[in-house]
Amino acid sequence: MDITLRVWRQTGPSDRGRMVTYEVKDVSPDASFLEMLDVLNERLILEGDEPIAFDHDCREGICGMCGMMINGVAHGPERATTTCQLHMRHFKDGDTIDVEPWRAAAFPVVKDLVVDRGAFDRIIQAGGYITAPTGAAPDAHATPVPKADADAAFEAATCIGCGACVAACPNGSAMLFTAAKVGHLGLLPQGQPERDSRVVGMVAAHDEAGFGGCTNTGECTTVCPKGIPLTLIGRLNSDYRKSRSGRGR
Amino acid sequence: MKLWNEGDPIADKAAPDGPVETRWERRQFGAKLVNPANRRKLTVIVVGTGLAGGSAAATLAEAGYKVRSYCYQDSPRRAHSIAAQGGINAAKNYRNDGDSVYRLFYDTVKGGDFRARESNVYRLAQVSVNIIDQCVAQGVPFAREYGGLLDNRSFGGTQVSRTFYARGQTGQQLLLGAYQAMERQIAAGNIEMHARHEMLELIVVDGRARGIVVRDLVTGEITTDFADAVVLASGGYGNVFFLSTNAKGCNVTATWRAHRKGALFANPCYTQIHPTCIPESGTHQSKLTLMSESLRNDGRVWVPKRAGDDRKPADIPEDERDYYLERIYPSFGNLVPRDIASRAAKNVCDEGRGVGPGGLGVYLDFADAITRLGRPAVEAKYGNLFEMYQRITGEDPYVTPMRIYPAVHYTMGGLWVDYDLQSTIPGLFVIGEANFSDHGANRLGASALMQGLADGYFVLPNTVNDYLAAGPYPAVATDDPAVVSARASVEDRISALLAVDGDRTVDSFHRELGHIMWEYCGMERTEEGLTKALSLIRALREEFWTRVKVPGTGEQLNQNLERAGRVADFFELAELMCIDALHRAESCGGHFRAESQTPDGEALRHDDAFSYVAAWEFTGTGEPPVLHKEALDFEYVHPTQRSYK
Amino acid sequence: MAASGLLLVLFLFAHMAGNLKIFVGAASFDHYAHWLRDIGTPLLPRTWYLWIQRVGLTAAVVAHIASAVVLARRARAARPVRYAHRPKVQGSYAARTMRWGGVIILLFVVFHILDLTTGTLNPIGDAQHPYANVVADFAPSRWYVTLFYTLAIVAVGFHLRHGIFSALRTFGQQSPRGERRARAIALVLSVVLVVGYLSVPFAVLTGLVS
Ligand SMILES: Cc1cc2nc3c(=O)[nH]c(=O)nc-3n(C[C@H](O)[C@H](O)[C@H](O)COP(=O)(O)OP(=O)(O)OC[C@H]3O[C@@H](n4cnc5c(N)ncnc54)[C@H](O)[C@@H]3O)c2cc1C
Ligand code: HEM
Ligand code: HEM
Ligand code: SF4
Ligand code: F3S
Ligand code: FES
Repeated sequence: MDITLRVWRQTGPSDRGRMVTYEVKDVSPDASFLEMLDVLNERLILEGDEPIAFDHDCREGICGMCGMMINGVAHGPERATTTCQLHMRHFKDGDTIDVEPWRAAAFPVVKDLVVDRGAFDRIIQAGGYITAPTGAAPDAHATPVPKADADAAFEAATCIGCGACVAACPNGSAMLFTAAKVGHLGLLPQGQPERDSRVVGMVAAHDEAGFGGCTNTGECTTVCPKGIPLTLIGRLNSDYRKSRSGRGR
Repeated sequence: MKLWNEGDPIADKAAPDGPVETRWERRQFGAKLVNPANRRKLTVIVVGTGLAGGSAAATLAEAGYKVRSYCYQDSPRRAHSIAAQGGINAAKNYRNDGDSVYRLFYDTVKGGDFRARESNVYRLAQVSVNIIDQCVAQGVPFAREYGGLLDNRSFGGTQVSRTFYARGQTGQQLLLGAYQAMERQIAAGNIEMHARHEMLELIVVDGRARGIVVRDLVTGEITTDFADAVVLASGGYGNVFFLSTNAKGCNVTATWRAHRKGALFANPCYTQIHPTCIPESGTHQSKLTLMSESLRNDGRVWVPKRAGDDRKPADIPEDERDYYLERIYPSFGNLVPRDIASRAAKNVCDEGRGVGPGGLGVYLDFADAITRLGRPAVEAKYGNLFEMYQRITGEDPYVTPMRIYPAVHYTMGGLWVDYDLQSTIPGLFVIGEANFSDHGANRLGASALMQGLADGYFVLPNTVNDYLAAGPYPAVATDDPAVVSARASVEDRISALLAVDGDRTVDSFHRELGHIMWEYCGMERTEEGLTKALSLIRALREEFWTRVKVPGTGEQLNQNLERAGRVADFFELAELMCIDALHRAESCGGHFRAESQTPDGEALRHDDAFSYVAAWEFTGTGEPPVLHKEALDFEYVHPTQRSYK
Repeated sequence: MAASGLLLVLFLFAHMAGNLKIFVGAASFDHYAHWLRDIGTPLLPRTWYLWIQRVGLTAAVVAHIASAVVLARRARAARPVRYAHRPKVQGSYAARTMRWGGVIILLFVVFHILDLTTGTLNPIGDAQHPYANVVADFAPSRWYVTLFYTLAIVAVGFHLRHGIFSALRTFGQQSPRGERRARAIALVLSVVLVVGYLSVPFAVLTGLVS
């Protein structure tokens, strides 16, 4: 199939950037979106152009490194699918596809489709962990965890930190990402001692990083490749309120 | 020309002898300690933030050392360990099914086809128990049973249930645990994290590893960093095959640069090929995706009996199908170990009976399972795997049989280390998949995660102190000739890569190198093939340096430049792999030499001649390396020949 | 945001209840308007209660708008560069129109107060007889007023459908069941409000109330 791509090209943070059009011929429907870009890049290199920079690593939907806006939708049209797992068979011959980087002040563009998501690490630094020094742990069976809690914690823990939620949120909020970690750790007995300080610290770091406020729009969960549920934001709010009003644990 | 020379044997001097059960305890007791007040004055560089590097950095920082961590991804959380699916072994015996430290030790030595050190493996089994405790305390959401206790499964043909898992995302959850522990230390100021930085050279001053040269992948800036010890946790080198289940960025650069500086590289030819991967779909293919081995519990593997039969699978009648694993291995059937299942698939494809594009695939058919168990039961067990398969191939495995093919998955070889995990360069420690230590010639499923975390949380933090106790080592001057030359070599290499300005892309070279390796140094190796591969690789390496085209400059984010550097190192590694495979004229574990097989086609080991670790010394690009042998003794688990008929 | 919003919702319900008295008859409706001014007497001087309510409402509206502005400015700052290909609405339509919806409501309220409270824009404008004012307002010949009211009330409906749900989430509703319940509550309350409010102009329009 033949595709017309309009890709955001930006040589660096100081460049203004622009959309550039490329024709890509004979794309295999079995190729992934990134493989289609690989093929285009091979051609650009031989033609003496600079290939399109984009982030990726595992190419199996788990590392969270890849991600781009495809026709205005984070990670493209397939639900619960990262860009690297999106295949060209979901497009039609002759389609024009717009490709842009995640847009958020907290995710400055590094080059082309590559953005800096260091803000996510800073949110985790502000409390997204359980203090458990190596060697100090009790036997793993010392504290049983109800299966329902363990499963819910797992579901929250599957967040891959890709940033699609921020990219899609009309407010540029990272509340789903933050809530996923608050939920994961807060649902486990091991996470209780730091539950209050965690949520307060992480929300402060979230705001500090320049993400917008959440108005419960719900676009984030729609594009989230792991389907992190919106209810976790409610949980975060509840934890936050309790700890601020001193009713926390 | 001689392909290699033999040098002096080497030995692991760090492991105590005596009863294997207490060796680790005695080693810890014998190791010198560092006073907590002095730890702050000692710096450790950790390259890599996977399970091994992440857990090591967090633990060392917690202990009070100053740590500086590096990874090439944009965040430490994305290290390739994140992709591990199946699970992690531990000798907890929570199932009361006869498991024990000793049994895990036994299984791992045997699984490694008697090419691993008993001391190391025993320690690994001992420490496995603490890993689970540690991870649960960190909040790793392992699968649980209704009673609230941890669930286990049996994995990769073991007879006990000792694999802990978090759905199909065990690696992710374990890595996030280590990552979060790291982030806590970063916030506390004990770890300085440098993401999007690539180590391109090791700095050795006065015979000790004292620092690294790194490139900031965003600005292209080359800098040096010095420390009292350097830890490499940079993962495996499976990407030398171009197509593998590894992440695209996995590379050998960090360890290869150390090898060039004098660290011995052990058993490079031991690679593990996983039988159940999704086959290549065309020339655009950039990597291969693994599907859990558990599929073989219910799926039946077959190909058409007739070569070139291109009918749809449904149109091929039962009596024209060859369920070859069930036919050749009647007692294990579809559940034979990874290496055997892989080789058998290759054989039928070589006979022209492969299915799918290019004839590189075999069917994994669930029709019987669906009839026997009903579709809902199959869905409950494998639903997400089927979904993943359908996402990638566009085919519905409930209707059409899956197509699978083997792919390179794990590399057992790596830098040689002693019991302390110290390489032959003092002050250079190597952990995780980057070292060669615990798996011998073949790795059991669910044991790489165990090893990475054992190394990082428990082993390294208890051995590195013995080395650091003699520190702080004298400050390294930036104008030290060793530093200047290390830095210059990095800069020269980058200029050289950019200067070629030829007419072939980096990927085209990498792909071609991968083909050579897969063909001649893959599932089945012969003397003739390996010799041929060596000359092909050398010719291709030369062509690379005259025809490669790397656009852009070194002073910017330049992903092709990064790749070019990695591929350049893969060329040199590929040669060493072929030499290692050539010299090891036996079949063992992941290394099958066609010349060394039993009359019915099974791997034949030669313990009398090859019961050693092959540790190679670098002598120059294209020059014959020097082989140092470390003899392996088996006091506890006595070598036997594997048989799965 | 949620606190001020919910206060406004309470007012809307009270106000709707008052409006519905129109079906009981002119006297009752007018009486209600007078009663509003008498609440609290003799404890409070006449119309004081109404003024307290007005001050409270104004404060809530100001607080509400202020926080809406803060959020909107934060959102703009969080995404300084827009997408070239504008993201399609993936979540709910109501959620994506909160800000414009709010502005429309505000404009409406201004118009509405000039119309029915001060009477400035009302054809009758007799503060003593609100019933007559209302009836005059929605006379068939003044269809455009009815249309504007309808649009505004539908906008209120949309605003509340997301607003109530969102406020419940903000107050910490967090289970999948709670989520379904919150969505249902929001939908039902909004529909009740829209129907309740719209019934008045349409009743006048169709002559049911005259
Ligand atoms: C698909 C898949 C599934 C697997 N499933 C399982 C399983 O179920 N059970 C199991 O036990 N094992 C499994 N394995 C194997 C296991 O995941 C790996 O062996 C293990 O995670 C390796 O961990 P590591 O810490 O050594 O290295 P990695 O996780 O690979 O980390 C390497 C780190 O080094 C950094 N790095 C590399 N080079 C450089 C450089 N030059 N400069 C700076 N930084 C560098 C990277 O950024 C990264 O942070 C699986 C492997 C694959 C591919
Ligand atoms: C009678 C009038 C109004 C009522 C009853 C009302 C009610 C609400 C409620 C309940 C919310 C949800 C709060 C939350 O999310 O937690 C809300 C949100 C919002 N309102 Fe209003 N509102 C009214 C008028 C306005 C006006 C006049 C504006 C703006 C000019 C406005 C702008 C907004 C905005 C932007 C939000 C979204 C912010 C958010 O969800 O937190 N509203 N409103
Ligand atoms: C068709 C529907 C409506 C009718 C018939 C109606 C009628 C009236 C009347 C008669 C008054 C004057 C009361 C008095 O001063 O005695 C009034 C006041 C008011 N109405 Fe409405 N109204 C309607 C819808 C709305 C809506 C949708 C809103 C808000 C979003 C609203 C907000 C107000 C406000 C703020 C006042 C002023 C209250 C005060 O004086 O303090 N009304 N309305
Ligand atoms: S919540 Fe979902 S979209 Fe957001 S970072 Fe996590 S996985 Fe990505
Ligand atoms: S889209 Fe944005 S507004 Fe909240 S619910 Fe999601 S973060
Ligand atoms: S490349 Fe890892 S999630 Fe897409």
